[in-house]
Amino acid sequence: MKHKIYIPIDSTAVSLGANDVFGAIVSEAKERKIDIHIVRNGSRGLFWLEPLIEVETTKGRLAFGPVNLDDVKKLFDDEFYLGSDSSKLCLGLTDELSWLKNQERLTFARVGITDPVDIDDYEEHHGFNGLKNALKQDAQSIVKTMTDSGLRGRGGAAFPTGIKWQTVLDTPSDTKYIVCNADEGDSGTYSDRMIMENDPYVLIEGMIIAGLAVGADYGYIYLRSEYPDAQKTLNKAIQTAKEKGYLGKNILGSNHNFDLEVTKAAGAYICGEETSLLESLEGKRGLVRYKPPLPAIEGLYGQPTVVNNVITLATVPIILDKGADFYANYGMGRSKGTLPIQLAGNLKKTGLIEKAFGISLKELLYDFGGGSFSGKPIKAVQVGGPLGAFLPEHQFDTPLDYEKFSEINAVVGHGGIVAFDDTTDMSKMARYSFEFCAIESCGKCTPCRIGSTRGMEVIDKIKAGIDQDKNEELLRDLGDTMVNGSLCAMGGMTPSPVISALNFFPQDFGIEKKDAVA
Amino acid sequence: MELSELQKVTVEKHVNHFLEKPGALLPLMHAIQDELGYVPEESYPIISKAYNLSIAEIHGFVTFYHHFRTHPSGKNILQVCRAESCQAMGAESIEVYCKKVLGIDYHETTKDGSISLEPVYCLGNCACSPAVMMNEKVVGRVTTKKIDDMIEASK
Repeated sequence: MKHKIYIPIDSTAVSLGANDVFGAIVSEAKERKIDIHIVRNGSRGLFWLEPLIEVETTKGRLAFGPVNLDDVKKLFDDEFYLGSDSSKLCLGLTDELSWLKNQERLTFARVGITDPVDIDDYEEHHGFNGLKNALKQDAQSIVKTMTDSGLRGRGGAAFPTGIKWQTVLDTPSDTKYIVCNADEGDSGTYSDRMIMENDPYVLIEGMIIAGLAVGADYGYIYLRSEYPDAQKTLNKAIQTAKEKGYLGKNILGSNHNFDLEVTKAAGAYICGEETSLLESLEGKRGLVRYKPPLPAIEGLYGQPTVVNNVITLATVPIILDKGADFYANYGMGRSKGTLPIQLAGNLKKTGLIEKAFGISLKELLYDFGGGSFSGKPIKAVQVGGPLGAFLPEHQFDTPLDYEKFSEINAVVGHGGIVAFDDTTDMSKMARYSFEFCAIESCGKCTPCRIGSTRGMEVIDKIKAGIDQDKNEELLRDLGDTMVNGSLCAMGGMTPSPVISALNFFPQDFGIEKKDAVA
Repeated sequence: MELSELQKVTVEKHVNHFLEKPGALLPLMHAIQDELGYVPEESYPIISKAYNLSIAEIHGFVTFYHHFRTHPSGKNILQVCRAESCQAMGAESIEVYCKKVLGIDYHETTKDGSISLEPVYCLGNCACSPAVMMNEKVVGRVTTKKIDDMIEASK
């Protein structure tokens, strides 16, 4: 009998040695003449336990982790491949792990379970059901389902997806495009990468449905160059989908055509901004465009274009499969559905948690995250990437909800949470925010291009104790100018981490805490 | 410096390949850099003529993107993540260490030409910070010991 073993191929698992473990298991099995069948699955997202390998048993999949190279011989001695739980690395049945049990995995339903590029595996796990439903409907009814689901753009801007699609549908043109924003540049975020590496067909399916919904027959995935593994996986999946008739002419015998390609970006953070992305796709410098016109009306090459983030598009299939109400029943307020949350930075248990909106930061940081990795108190967290505010401990009760975060001048963004322990100098983090902005600004708006460098200088002066009051006022004033004088979120939101650091941690800047500052 | 005959042939091959492609510059520059290791400025006149763009436009494009280089790099490229999550896990000491053992700063190449050091802003490996990438291989929970091993292996 062949023993089925799962070893993840996700690049974070690989960065911790999953490929080496794979090699060692293959050769050890050969030496012991044990017949094994290895599936390179995606990661379950419990990264602190990676490389996490699984063995198929009659009761379900049994997990072992973290498995290092020198654990492999002992695992075989303990007969892990027979489903024996005697190894000290045995974590029990994967489905029973509380980290996974306490999640609501909709977008990530298949991630970690299937072989990412095996299209049969995808189909067996409800793959392409959404597309098949969409093919039975007219465009307007697909868009209505999206609108009713309440899905909002998961890239960070949280714009209602259905409304965006409606605009593109309503704009007459012979040529329309679907552009997937896969330029996931925010630190602390990796959910796009996980989808592309671990379940690429769900993104492809989402893009085909988007094409049907708005009348577009071509799509681009604009993928950051820092993700070489995702590129290989996507290209393989696109090729297979073409061979199976999901892409190309007359999809599944319908009269609809849709094709897509991956375009590799070139390391500019600003190209995650949708208009800058479109410029880049057109073969130009990624300078931000004025809006209006909206890309939905005049986007790529001046044509109506849907620009959606990876997670947004990857959530489309389950909505079309299970219905708008199913999805909208998750979440709170106007934040419907679930969010793939990514825990990063100084936390014990980092990884991917897909939860309905409404969970508090505290639950995420301590119940899921297990507190700081260093064991020191968590001083602050940054949610939503490098442009998100730093939140101090007294705000950890805030529920994850677009509106609730907005009330405290913070953003949910792409759902990445980076934790910092109490050794962090927040003035240094604030200075870094400006430095990052100076490096990554496209240069179009003066407040962003010049203000970022002036901002670093002002922080240096405050820290050096030079005219502190005057310079603090200047820093706040500079923040205002950037917020109000920049076209896009790069300049418009860089002051957010800076000013929040200044408000909540003035002592790190060498400023006495004043009562007036909340 | 002029392009070598081989470089010229390579540039022309890719220029012709993408001639009909909308938004050709991005895939074109990747193709040239992947094969030659960098985008030689001497290739601009060929591109300029074929795509009806000014040399300034091409220069502007290439220099906008951090990924493209106009000079040869070392045999290996070591990218150290400087983004927030890695900072929260001590990336700064990794940066300092890399610069010290290699004896170079960012955007420089070791004397023996074996390694170029580059900063990078997020590798999407934030669950296992700090992270670095050697060529296309990401390494998580990186330590000075792992850096030593990588440098040794790259020689």
